[in-house]
Parts: sequence; structure tokens; C-alpha cells
Amino acid sequence: MIKIEKRNDVPMALYFFTPFIAIVLTILGGGIIFYILGFNPIEALKFYFITPISNLYGFSELLLKATPLCLIAIGLSFCFKSNNWNIGAEGQLTFGAIVGGGVALLFYNQEGFYILPLVILAGAIGGMIFALIPAVLKTYFNTNEILVSLMLVYVSKLLLDYLVVGPWSNPEGFNFPETRQFSESSRMPLLFEGLRIHAGIFLALAAVMLSWFILYKTYLGFQIKVSGLSLKTAKYAGFKGKTMILVVFMISGACAGLAGVGEITGPIGQLHRMISPDYGFTAIIVAFLGRLNPFGIIFASLVVALTYLGAETAQIFLQIPKYTGQVFQGMILFFLLASDYLLFFKVKILSLKKNELRH
Amino acid sequence: MSLDISFIGILIGSIMASSVPLILAASGELITERSGVLNLGVEGMMIIGAISGFALMVITDNLFIAIVGSMLSGIIISLIFGFLTQSLLTNHVATGLALTIFGIGLSAMLGKNFVGIPGKEFPILFSSLKESIPFFGPILFGHSIVLYFAFALPFLTNYFLKKTKLGLVVRAVGDSPVSASNQGINVILVRYCCILYGGAMCGLAGAYLSLIYTPQWIENMTAGRGWIALALVVFATWSPIKVLIGALIFGGITILQLHMQAIGFRIPVQFLSALPYLMTIIVLVVISRDSRKIKLNTPTSLGRIFYREK
Repeated sequence: MIKIEKRNDVPMALYFFTPFIAIVLTILGGGIIFYILGFNPIEALKFYFITPISNLYGFSELLLKATPLCLIAIGLSFCFKSNNWNIGAEGQLTFGAIVGGGVALLFYNQEGFYILPLVILAGAIGGMIFALIPAVLKTYFNTNEILVSLMLVYVSKLLLDYLVVGPWSNPEGFNFPETRQFSESSRMPLLFEGLRIHAGIFLALAAVMLSWFILYKTYLGFQIKVSGLSLKTAKYAGFKGKTMILVVFMISGACAGLAGVGEITGPIGQLHRMISPDYGFTAIIVAFLGRLNPFGIIFASLVVALTYLGAETAQIFLQIPKYTGQVFQGMILFFLLASDYLLFFKVKILSLKKNELRH
Repeated sequence: MSLDISFIGILIGSIMASSVPLILAASGELITERSGVLNLGVEGMMIIGAISGFALMVITDNLFIAIVGSMLSGIIISLIFGFLTQSLLTNHVATGLALTIFGIGLSAMLGKNFVGIPGKEFPILFSSLKESIPFFGPILFGHSIVLYFAFALPFLTNYFLKKTKLGLVVRAVGDSPVSASNQGINVILVRYCCILYGGAMCGLAGAYLSLIYTPQWIENMTAGRGWIALALVVFATWSPIKVLIGALIFGGITILQLHMQAIGFRIPVQFLSALPYLMTIIVLVVISRDSRKIKLNTPTSLGRIFYREK
């Protein structure tokens, strides 16, 4: 006999434990999908989750992919914690990359220590400005931020497409849809010879520390958390709701912009059409899987980055379509949301005897 | 380009055709939202409908099975959303996003072997009348049955919501689930039905794209139409007839920018392609500025979780 009871408060340990349940369920679900597709599930899962990180190069690739995910998710956690649904991080990433890339292109034939900081700053500002559009429309015109931020993703991608095909395309590039290569000074320094992992990872780690400080040690963080829990309380306490909305969107946009700049100055080295394999959308999953907690997000970004790598490896070795990665990502979020049920409800399995005794 | 009367007739006909997926998806979502459920998975359900419709057409060579199958797959995938939000009480926004991400991934995985296969011609009705009557011919005739259904749907939806008892039940559940529940209405069941209905319509909208509008399978072929449909519901302030008007406006913009591209207008293609998205934002701003009007028309319990202690 199963009895379901509502919990009075959420146990903290369980709150951070359910993401692990979600991951295990996703792996099981993945095994089933591989079986249906006609692959040996054990072998496929091995190629998916173990092979990619079994050597140093693979591990560096994992960190490389986790970096933008972590950065964006940290930014999103500010929005989501305060009940602002910014789902257009992909657009903010793209616009940040456009602005940062534009600055890098200005200096394409110059070298100098000041170039990279300028490019990074430009990227962050670009993302910030782009995120301000839905924020301003939300605060002053009452417009739904979900739809506006999402529409802007398409707009930013078309703008990038226009730039790399048209005015910014490489004059010596035989009409390929790409810009010139950035100069060495606009590139993120590599951390190790022969590996692609670059200094952008420090940006992500700095964002983690900073966000922890803001969220848990400052008045702004307190305001954000209270507004997320109860808008009425926030109003009663006299918090300036509009300013806060603008601030969380700016933080979120800046982080996404940084992620974009990290990609183009790191592994890519120029602007072209495909600068992000939907990192901005996947980071939404990372933010939730990490429980909107800065350190949880580090862990979650590694897990989700593995689905990207695993999808690539499985495609190379087993010809499993790489889109299984996205299916996995969707499944993680489904299972995470489902396992949240355990947070709010206690599932008791009562033996019949006990039950009889009680009545 | 001659702007004679028959050309305008053809233009209006093509605007109607391009608004069909928006009408279908937005009408479905409208019923879902009227019952108090915000399903942001429209894009995901549409793309699943598109691939399953196309795949079934290729496999069975039967368009009827393809259309029905696309609606069924829309229902199946919306069932995931229904189970999570209604039975496991998950957050509507997050679950809808998950549905979209999952749907796009799943459709690309399923569609891998269907890329590049040419589609089949979809039968059109009254094709002889289309040619013989100037102006009105291309507007009224020579369309697929799905188009006629789509143009009837807003009126049917309006009738359903305003004149039938079931429609009243749906509205009651959306506006005040607690009182509805006190009246003996099974709120969860009604919401499940509305979610599945929305899934079926989104599936059909997707199939319209892959079977009729551009008969082939392309990855991500819905290209944000699901999100525009969601915006349309807000634009229409949850009224079915206004959904029709809104969808025609957006269809108009799409066709207009295609024609501008075709005649080599001096604006870069990408800016023209961005028009529907920019228009969505502008329209949303204009419509939402009056917060009272939005508040009055929004289903009161939209996006809120309903839970009743048993």
C-alpha cells in the first residue's frame, strides 16, 4: 500500500540529491533508446559516458564545453531565482560574440596586450545590451519576457549571418561565410600545449565565485531570492522591483556574452554562422540541474557537457546520430522536474499489517 | 511584377496558406491556456508532428495515415507534459521548455533518414474553380482540406468556448480551479484533455508544414513558428477569432518578405527574414502595454499548479 503525503518543508539534502536520481534515470532511459535504435545499450553508454573522458585530451574537451555552459547558467540563475524567464541566452551569446568579434576584427592586424581585455569587455557589454531589450520591455511595457527573449535569438542569428556573409566577410576568403581570423592578441591563451582548453575557464570560475558572493552575501542577492519566493513580500518590503529585473537580466546577458566571446576567441578564432551548438538553450537545463546554486552549476555543466562529447564520440564510433545528445538533455530536465515530486510529497510504503493496526 | 487583380488574389491565397500552421497551433494552445495550463512546448510538439507526419507518409504512402499519425504523435508527446505538470505538479514553464528541447532533438534523430526525400503532392480541392474564377478563385478554392479546417477552427473554438457546456467547464477550470473542483468538476482530467487537444493541433500544424506547405523534411523546419503561435495567443487576448486575424497578419508579413526577397529588394535577405520575429516583439509590446486589458483577459490560473488534498 502506497500513501502520499504532502511535506511541510523541503529537506535540503534531498533537494540536492534528486538531480542525481534524474541523471541515473536519464542514463537508463538512454540505454532504452539505444536498444530501440538497435545498438547494444551497454556498449553505447560506454562510448557515451566513459570513452570521451578516458584520456587527457577528452577531459580538456569536457572542460572546454562546460565553460560556456557554466557561464551562461550562472547568469541564468540570477534570472530564474527572481522568477524572470530569460530563455534567450542563445541570442545574448550570439550578440555578445558579434560585438566582441567586431572589436577583434578592428584589431585583426595588430598585436597588443590590451586587445583581448577589450574584446572580452565588448562581448560582455554586447550580451548585456541585448538582454536589456526584453528586460526594458518587461518592466516598462509589461511584455512577456519569454517570448521577446526567444524572438531575439532568431534576430541575432540572422544578424550574424548577414555580417559574416556581407560586410564582415573575409575579403580573401573566397566568399566563404566567415570573417578574417582574429589576431593572436585577441585569442584566449591556451592553458596547455596541444589541448584546446583556454583561459576562458577562469572567467567561468570567477563568475561562480562572484555569483555566490552576490547571491548569498549581498543585499541585492537577498532581494533576488525574496522576489523569487514571493513577489508580494518583495513589494511589501519595498524592494525596487523594476531595477532588480533590469539588473538580473544585465548579469545574465553579460554572462552569455562572455560565453560567446570565449567561444570565438577560444576554439573558433573568427566569426562564422555556427558559433554555438545551442549552448544558450542547454544552459537552461544546466541551471536547473545545478539547482540554481553556483557550485551545483559547476557540477551540472560538466554532466551536460558530457552529453555533447558523448554524442560526438558515439557518432564517430557507433554511427549513433549525434542528436541523441539533445534528446538526453531534454530527458535530464524531464526527469529532474519529475523527481522534484519527491521534494514536495512523501511517498510512504506501508505494509498492510501496520495499516490494519492503525485502524 | 504586375499588381493586377488576379495577382492580388494569388497573393491572398498564399498568405492564407502560410498562416495555417499558426492558426492550428495557436487555436490548440488557446484551449490549453484557457484551462489554466501554459504549455511552452508548442515548437517541440509541432516539430514532432512534422517529422512523424512526413515519416509516415514515406513509410505507408498514405496521406490520411500521415495526418492522423502526426496528430497522434502530438498527443503522445503532450502526454509527457500533461503527466509532469498535472500528475507530478511540475512547473509549467520549465516543463514546456524541456518539451521543446526534447522534441527538437528527437525529431532530428528520427528524421535523419528522411532528409532529402521528396514529398508527395497533397490533393487540393476545387482545383478547376481556382483557375476559372479570377481573384476569388485562388482565394477560396484550390487549397488542401487542412486549410479549410484551419479557417473553420477559430469559429468552432469560439463556439465551443462560449456556447457549449464543455466550453464553460474549460473556462471555469482555467479561471477558478478551486470553485470548479468544488462543483464536482475533475480539474486535472479537464486539463489533461485540453493539453492533449493542444498537442493534436500542434502535431497537425507541424504535418501541414512537412506534408503540404513545403513537402519535405528539413531539420528545425518549424523555425520558431511554435513560439510565434504562443505570442499570437497573447496578441489575441485569448480570443479565437483574433487568433485568426493575428495569424493572417503574420502570414502576410512572411509572404511579403518572401516577395521582397524575390524581386531583389534593396534590403539584405536576413533583415527581411527577421521581420516576422521583430513584428512579433512589436505587436506584443503594443498589446501588452495596457496591463489592465491583459489582466482582464488572461485565464486567472494560467500557469499555476493545482493541487487538492485527497
